[in-house]
Amino acid sequence: MRRTVLPVLAVVLAILALWYVAAIPMNIREVLTEAERAGAEVWGGTAPERQDRSAWALVVRNPDLAPAGWSQERPRLPAPHQVVRELYASTIGEEVFGRRGFVQTGEFSNRSLIYHAGVTLGATLVGFLIGAAAGVLLAVGIVHNRAMDMSVMPWAVISQTIPIVALAPMIIVVLNSMGVQGLLPKAIISAYLSFFPVVVGMVKGLRAPDQMQLDLMHTWSASGGETLRKLRLPASVPYLFASLKIAIAASLVGTIVGELPVQRGGLGARMLAGSYYGQTAQIWAALFMAAILAALLVWLMGWLERRTLRAMGVPA
Amino acid sequence: MSPDGSTVMANAASLSQTAAPVIDARGVNLVFETADGPVQALKDVSLSVTKGEFVSFIGPSGCGKTTFLRCVAALETPTSGALTVNGMIPDQARRARAYGYVFQAAGLYPWRTIAGNIRLPLEIMGFPRAEQDARVDRVLKLVDLAGFGRKYPWQLSGGMQQRASIARALAFDADILLMDEPFGALDEIVRDRLNEELLSLWARTQKTTLFVTHSIPEAVYLSTKIVVMSPRPGRITDIIDSPLPRERPLDIRESPEFLAVAHRVREGLRAGHVEV
Repeated sequence: MRRTVLPVLAVVLAILALWYVAAIPMNIREVLTEAERAGAEVWGGTAPERQDRSAWALVVRNPDLAPAGWSQERPRLPAPHQVVRELYASTIGEEVFGRRGFVQTGEFSNRSLIYHAGVTLGATLVGFLIGAAAGVLLAVGIVHNRAMDMSVMPWAVISQTIPIVALAPMIIVVLNSMGVQGLLPKAIISAYLSFFPVVVGMVKGLRAPDQMQLDLMHTWSASGGETLRKLRLPASVPYLFASLKIAIAASLVGTIVGELPVQRGGLGARMLAGSYYGQTAQIWAALFMAAILAALLVWLMGWLERRTLRAMGVPA
Repeated sequence: MSPDGSTVMANAASLSQTAAPVIDARGVNLVFETADGPVQALKDVSLSVTKGEFVSFIGPSGCGKTTFLRCVAALETPTSGALTVNGMIPDQARRARAYGYVFQAAGLYPWRTIAGNIRLPLEIMGFPRAEQDARVDRVLKLVDLAGFGRKYPWQLSGGMQQRASIARALAFDADILLMDEPFGALDEIVRDRLNEELLSLWARTQKTTLFVTHSIPEAVYLSTKIVVMSPRPGRITDIIDSPLPRERPLDIRESPEFLAVAHRVREGLRAGHVEV
């Protein structure tokens, strides 16, 4: 644990430094426009003339004004501390202890990232369960049925080549016309992304037992079902968990994409709303919330994996 | 051939005629269709094994010794010829639990304890739970692994794992034991000890044993009958009925009788090569 802290910290610091540096030229044009409006002396001529100059030149020639790029109201690229402040406000600061917060009203407002993360998490988990179950069933079919072995995999691969952003609105519209709304359409998009890694991993896992182990089962006159239950499934567990970690992250992405066209809550809706109103800090805060959620879900899978493998006698 | 060996051979032959053969192969042929054309894995293999015999199959790789064992186990089907196990075709014999098979690798499932591994065939065959426990205990004692039932395979040495896999093959009381180079992956010291133990196990259980090996001393030390095979096509070049007594201390391997049998096996192997 201690050995990993230092390298991780070094990488985080490097990213933060890069981010702060990048925020200056990214925001310099708006900074100068505002400064000019406030009556300050700006190098680089008028606003249209400044468009032709490089951002770095504007930064270097306006050294006093440039740092304002870290504290703008509506920056093009918000500085890390602005994102953190927004993240804190929309999770705890405003939304728990603030005027419209949980303590005052007894419920989360629709600006609370906890509320939106909860909406996303629900659809993600439902989608993940559907996707994982479908993936395992398809893999069992592929391993036991030659026709499925020949036919399912190409279709599964093709299904993943279609951009989900293009497919998601169609799924939602079609399901909506059938009267299905709310969580389920998002969960289906999420399942659409998560079943694939499970199929690939489980086919490999179910085929992991070598010929000798299959021969042994045969000498005991074991049926296909017994071989599946007592040999193939236990042997596939490490492969299953490797796929589930990928699948649950894919589920989250699928749910967020599914939330974009619907705009009824969720981190995806929150990101899109932020971009409508130029609230970049809000987009970044929602993005970080999604990343935190993904990290938690993947960690949860890792924890389940360790517990399961230990219960199966694998040396810790 | 020593005059000594031939008289014992004649005796053994008269003995085997009286009892019904456990395994009876007549003109067994097996041809594998491969991408490079047909390969004759077994050519005109005829062999009769009586109850309680310990038969070793020895020969270079590709001589069909493993293939013949797999035919007996119904893991391969002969292209032609007649092969019966306990008077049944191999597939029926398998369903009747006629044999336990021990592979070169122990093949224990890492997610099951040693007892769990031995219980596996019993679960599949539908033994009641109490009887499973009793049988697991009994065979664990038989292979000298009592007290190791709750260990996982990775906690045991290679030799102990192979003993566990023998216990698994014995658990459901098949009267034939098929062993495909079971000690091939072990070092010679462990191998010697396991050979001695296998011999005493065989003496106690009286199971008919078919044993595939690469090692001449191993074959001679263990067997009542040694089948010498040669490759391309896989066939039997010599069948030697061992003159050694059933009671065999390890130092029997220095006796003239032992060396005479070993010599004849070596001659048989060489003859097989010259013919190719």
